[in-house]
Amino acid sequence: MIRGLVHRLDERTASSPFLKKALRYVFPDHWSFLLGEVALYAFIVLVATGIYLTFFFVPSTNVVVYHGEYAPLQGQEMTEAYRSVLDISLRVKAGLLIRQTHHWAANVFVAAIVIHMIRIFFTGAFRKPRELTYLIGVLMLFLALLEGYVGYSLADDLLSGMGLAIGYSVALSLPFIGANLALLIWGAPFPGDPSFWPRMYIAHVLIFPVLIGTLLTAHLVLVASRHHTQFRERWTTERRVRGTPMFPGQAPRSLGLMAAVAALLFLLGGLVQINPIWLWGPYHVSDATNGAQPDWYLGWLIGALRLTPGFDVTIGDYTLVPNPFWGGVLFPLIVFFFLVSWPFLERRVTGDRAFHNLLDRPRDAPWRTAIGAAFVTWVFLVFLAGAADRASVFFGLSYTAQIWAFRVLIWVIPILVLFATKRACDELLRIERAETVRHAAEAET
Amino acid sequence: MSRARDWFVSAAVLVLGRGKKRPRGPERERIVPLEPPSPRAELAVVGLLFAAALFAVAFIVVYALDRLPHQTQLLGVALGLSLACLAAAFIVVAKRLVPEEQLEEDYTVAHPAASDEIAQLVDESSDRLTRKRLIVVAAGAAGSALGLAAITPALSLGPALDPSVLRRTPWEAGRRLVDQRGRPLRADDIEFKTFYTAFPERADREEMGAPLVVVRLDPAALALPQGRDGWAPAGILAYSKICTHAGCAVALFRTPLFPPAEPKPALVCPCHYSTFDPAAGGAVLFGPAGRPLPQLPLRIGYGGVLEAAGNFSGPVGPAWWGVRMGEAT
Amino acid sequence: MRRAVLFGLALLMLALPAGTSAQEPKTSIEFPPGVPLVRQGFYLYSQNCASCHGDRGEGVVPPDIQEAPGPSTAMGPALAGVGAGAADFYLRTGYMPLEKAGDQPTRNPNFFDDHEIDALIAYVASLGPGLPIPDPHPENGDPSEGLALFREHCAGCHQIVAQGGYVTGAIPPPLGRSTPVQIAEAVRIGPFVMPRFSEKRISDSELDSLIAYVQYAKSPNDAGGWSIGHVGPVPEGMVTWFLAATVLVGTCVLIGKRLRR
Repeated sequence: MIRGLVHRLDERTASSPFLKKALRYVFPDHWSFLLGEVALYAFIVLVATGIYLTFFFVPSTNVVVYHGEYAPLQGQEMTEAYRSVLDISLRVKAGLLIRQTHHWAANVFVAAIVIHMIRIFFTGAFRKPRELTYLIGVLMLFLALLEGYVGYSLADDLLSGMGLAIGYSVALSLPFIGANLALLIWGAPFPGDPSFWPRMYIAHVLIFPVLIGTLLTAHLVLVASRHHTQFRERWTTERRVRGTPMFPGQAPRSLGLMAAVAALLFLLGGLVQINPIWLWGPYHVSDATNGAQPDWYLGWLIGALRLTPGFDVTIGDYTLVPNPFWGGVLFPLIVFFFLVSWPFLERRVTGDRAFHNLLDRPRDAPWRTAIGAAFVTWVFLVFLAGAADRASVFFGLSYTAQIWAFRVLIWVIPILVLFATKRACDELLRIERAETVRHAAEAET
Repeated sequence: MSRARDWFVSAAVLVLGRGKKRPRGPERERIVPLEPPSPRAELAVVGLLFAAALFAVAFIVVYALDRLPHQTQLLGVALGLSLACLAAAFIVVAKRLVPEEQLEEDYTVAHPAASDEIAQLVDESSDRLTRKRLIVVAAGAAGSALGLAAITPALSLGPALDPSVLRRTPWEAGRRLVDQRGRPLRADDIEFKTFYTAFPERADREEMGAPLVVVRLDPAALALPQGRDGWAPAGILAYSKICTHAGCAVALFRTPLFPPAEPKPALVCPCHYSTFDPAAGGAVLFGPAGRPLPQLPLRIGYGGVLEAAGNFSGPVGPAWWGVRMGEAT
Repeated sequence: MRRAVLFGLALLMLALPAGTSAQEPKTSIEFPPGVPLVRQGFYLYSQNCASCHGDRGEGVVPPDIQEAPGPSTAMGPALAGVGAGAADFYLRTGYMPLEKAGDQPTRNPNFFDDHEIDALIAYVASLGPGLPIPDPHPENGDPSEGLALFREHCAGCHQIVAQGGYVTGAIPPPLGRSTPVQIAEAVRIGPFVMPRFSEKRISDSELDSLIAYVQYAKSPNDAGGWSIGHVGPVPEGMVTWFLAATVLVGTCVLIGKRLRR
């Protein structure tokens, strides 16, 4: 039966040679090579649940009065957007499950990208000929951050509304062009033109997903056409890739991982509450709540904003650099610049222009590992500083003391990590070399 | 009766029977290696798949039963466990039921000959041209101008060329202060050690220039900047409620019950904890704000109602390049 | 007979050391029968409160104070006119006795037992009329009005679901342990650096609604499942990394292979 089907397909599409090659495509099978797939499957869940949500969400900032099942908001004014999310959560059957799964999937999507990117970095997989694949990946990370931010801001609840105001201030803070850019995006001074909400909506459901989807396709095609890298083992070489073929070996593994990711996301979506917007209430320009935080993948930015001392850079009356610029623009620019330029920096410094299909273990490239570890530490400490107020409430630590401590530690600790990591890598290599020499000597005797 | 028996026998055969593969015709070389069967793994997979089916059915049943409490949790568990069983089935298949193969392929390499040919092709194709550079310049001009033209309509997205709109507030001399419910604020009603959110009467509240935070301090304790005499009648002060750092509402008022031992009054923003001194014209005491909180001059109008005596001391909200270059309007 | 007892009590008061630190374990005092509650309260007051609040509740304020004069233990506001409500609030929560003036008061297991608190309240109330012990009825309140009031006046410090927060120099507490009477008292008093809201500001019926909302916030609608603290993205991020990421990386390890040397 399968034979007949495949024959008929080939007659019409001439696809059999390609399919044969694709089905026997060789995939090295280390577990850390599956991390990118986790992100892919999270993205698939995002699209599927997202499409469902688009059938219920109303992207409008028209003010309405709520008369629904949630008593504490009875009779209160809110936008249609917020009310539609309330309805999805509390009135539409399975609506809350889909909505929460969608939000958990977004959080897990970015986490998976970060874990995958860390693996790529510390094994040197970004080297020639895979720089393009890597750059596309970094671009996808950036888009994923924006997409998530816009996504949870669509609900127009108190927490995300405060976050949007901060985004507005970051746009305003760009030297020379900030005001103009912010007015362009928002259409009017904050909270913006009535068309701003549909703009966010179209960006979130069409523009970003198409961009990410296209880049993802290019990313996967490039990975496949270059073939996946592999670790150095007894039988691996730079010229031949060795692993499990796509069919029948790899396919059940990948499908199993997809089902596992979807399973975890739906379990979280049903069992662990996320972003209960009915508890936050609708956003108004004149309202604020304590403890407002962005989703985790923007925590590094709130940390940077909170750590920056209070000053605007002015030249006479001209405000050259408003304060949010340092934490909201320069800091992420530096981070992404580091990520984007690293392959080329490394190539220039090491002079290594060869093809690399074999991966390094982290210890095999001590400087890369040390600098990478220091960089991650730096970003992570800024991220921690963003939650210093919750640490204040939870542990009773002085907030102002924490801020001052972090201002120093974010520079000191990464330097320590840099040297400690370099030392550790060197030591591990030295021990290994000694072992090899010892084994060779024993073999001779 | 015999129909039922037939069904039962078929089911039993399906579950318990183990078949031999049909012969495939003339012998040919195997592509996939033959490995010994693993009946227990097969059973596990069957069990997991049926379990997945059961959980999926449970999902449908829970969905249909309106009255069940904790709908979201039950739906999530049903669907999640169904998918988890499916995942487990796939993983068992991968680890036990699919032959282990390790194949090799070549890594792709560069193709310098083909790349050279392409370069040659492009190069030779322009051999007819005598003024290549001029044509390239002209093409560049056309391309960039067209590109610019294509993105020009984006300027319609907002008043990008007129940022002076950022200075506008709904306040002006004589506009009365009202509370959340629209009732005018009377000076006599403003008490100590508390704070009020106020809005301009008969104006849009959902803009950064609208909301105020109003507090009352002892006039003797005030140290307002130059030129603000009379801005705080009876010690009543009005500030923009929008933080000059990043635009959140300054919704916190720290006010001591026992001033000798406790921190002095301050307006605080909950986003990044910019702290402003209401006694000193909104000066920044702590936090990342680079600009004091704009103060609105007040006066007591007809009937003792508080009204604005003018516009803010500066534009409200987060800073942009022109924030210090003009008045609030 | 009466005079003899009073005289004996006075001797007792003179003999025993005045003022105890809040840290020392306090032994319950057994008063001889017939001593009025106010006098019992006065006795307890002299032992535990007078060092900061003055011998007769007149307060202890260092002369020529400008701004906050720095750490000093012997300082406190006058208690004349604060009323039974204030005494009830501070004593039942254990906010008083306070170790050091200027510290943020925190809930302590009751230093005084119920009877002693009643006595102290009677004494403080006798110093002058003030806030009575409120009698709120949150069951009459409207949670929707309560949420609107809470959001306008309280959420900035106490967080929209009353999980507490931070303000420069203080930590507004979560309200999970606050009783309706304590909430009403705090609203009317404005303890430590909290603003106060008089009846003109928040009427008694509005206060009922406000308290109804705070009561609701203690166990709000958690239709989505495990609430993980009602504070939003910080615990959500922890679940993402410590739960989801761990499970998923573990699944990859299960599915894939390890390095073979």
